[in-house]
Amino acid sequence: MHVMKPRLHVTCTDRRSPLAQRRRVVGALVALGVGTLLPAAPSFPQGKPFLTRAIPSSGEALPVVGLGSWITFNVGNDRVARDSCAEVMRNFFDAGGRMIDSSPMYGSSQDVIGYGLQKLGKPPRTFSADKVWIASGSAGRAQIEKSRERWGVPRFDLVAVHNLLSWEEHLPTLFAMKAAGQIRYVGVTTSEGRRLKEIEEIMRRQPLDFVQVSYSAVERDVEARILPVARDRGIAVVINRPFREGALIRSVKRQPLPSWASEADCANWAEFLLKFIVSHPAVVCAIPATTSVAHVRENMGACLGRLPDDAMRRRMAAHVEQL
Amino acid sequence: MSEWWTYSLSDFLLFSARTYYRLFELYNIDIWPAQSVALALGCILVALLWRPRAGQGRAIAAILALGWMWVAWAFHWRHFVTINWAATYFAYACAFEALLLIVFGVFGDDLAFRPGSSTHGIGFALVLFAVFGQPLIAPLVGRGFLQAEVFGVTPDPTTVATLGALLAGGRRAQWRMGIIPLVSCVLSGAVTWTLESPDAAVMMIAAAVVVGAAATKTARKA
Repeated sequence: MHVMKPRLHVTCTDRRSPLAQRRRVVGALVALGVGTLLPAAPSFPQGKPFLTRAIPSSGEALPVVGLGSWITFNVGNDRVARDSCAEVMRNFFDAGGRMIDSSPMYGSSQDVIGYGLQKLGKPPRTFSADKVWIASGSAGRAQIEKSRERWGVPRFDLVAVHNLLSWEEHLPTLFAMKAAGQIRYVGVTTSEGRRLKEIEEIMRRQPLDFVQVSYSAVERDVEARILPVARDRGIAVVINRPFREGALIRSVKRQPLPSWASEADCANWAEFLLKFIVSHPAVVCAIPATTSVAHVRENMGACLGRLPDDAMRRRMAAHVEQL
Repeated sequence: MSEWWTYSLSDFLLFSARTYYRLFELYNIDIWPAQSVALALGCILVALLWRPRAGQGRAIAAILALGWMWVAWAFHWRHFVTINWAATYFAYACAFEALLLIVFGVFGDDLAFRPGSSTHGIGFALVLFAVFGQPLIAPLVGRGFLQAEVFGVTPDPTTVATLGALLAGGRRAQWRMGIIPLVSCVLSGAVTWTLESPDAAVMMIAAAVVVGAAATKTARKA
């Protein structure tokens, strides 16, 4: 068993552009292992390495587990629940987490994240990932600005087009915002295996930094096309719904964790399922959502220790499918 | 929406069961003592349906319209919208229902009741259930009284009471006031079913009883 390292990025079709050249340089560094297991910011008593992956377009390292907010952070004005979400965020940051993901579609989630960030003193390592989700392209900027105010951050790190809604209109706006320094990265998202063909086309034609899709041990459609294209094009992949909204982990938890899971330093099912995902070399991070402090700690455990190799990944997938 | 067949109800639900029912708790605390006023109006509604008297239909329509207006403003517009952006549209729909009840029920006097008719008893039973039965569901399934859903201030009992009153009436024209409550039944049933609530069947059964009774009555007339 050994820790996997991503392979060299294949050259982009627009390789003459400065962006593509930078991606090639960063890709080469990543291939050499630089940025794959970058030094951990937090300290962990276990003494295990803290796993990060480099964003291909910049080389910036991100912990392999982030925090989603779909359903879990939509608690409205409930002060008790908001404080509980802030505790989840506190434990997430304490464990070295960086990327928090939301969308204007997620009800009050953006406000709740803003509340949590304010309460926690605006942790400087926060990687803010949000989306634009509105049919009218001309209304995109205003929506992003409103979202930014709800988060209470000076600017978003990543803004993606949510579920490809009006992506033809939104992407030029996002690229212009990136050029102006108003956001740092641009992406597109989908979930549950929808519109993958269209996503692939966009990935091939647009200079995206990120793509967000669903992927798990039992939902592996993206392995065939999306993940290889992401590697070829130097696009960071973020994985949503890694536990299929909790259904997958509830299902496997009825069974004991296989003893061989310890070979990849998996102490529980959350680490098992997440390490399967983040050990794919195209994946930069997975963003499970939770309302539980215990669960966020378990999830962040997947940032520690060894990752499974190809043979073990196949074994993990087969085992979960069999369950 | 492309690939629409791949979507399920859970893809449209933005909140968890815990958040949804906690909303009722915070709402009930926020609007207290409006529930006691609503309960008193519910008792008047039952009394009006029990015994025919002059202006009965107008008074019933006015009470129901008041309930729908309150639900539109206080529940959907001020509270539910904090966890569901679609609540704005629900508020408009409830306000429109209140308008229909005022136009056709209060001014048009379209609500007429004939005690002893085949549907009057079923309609009356539904109103009784909405006013006195539905508030007990939350404590009975373990959610506690603070999360109780009360007629006139929360959507489901207001919906069931409206359908019961319409069923108790005798005119076909009054069913133009029943479309929004029927849609509301289906939506609420879908939400609670997706949330795996133990009382998820209540609104679906209420809708089925109303549609079944009305259809049977129509078939008999034909």
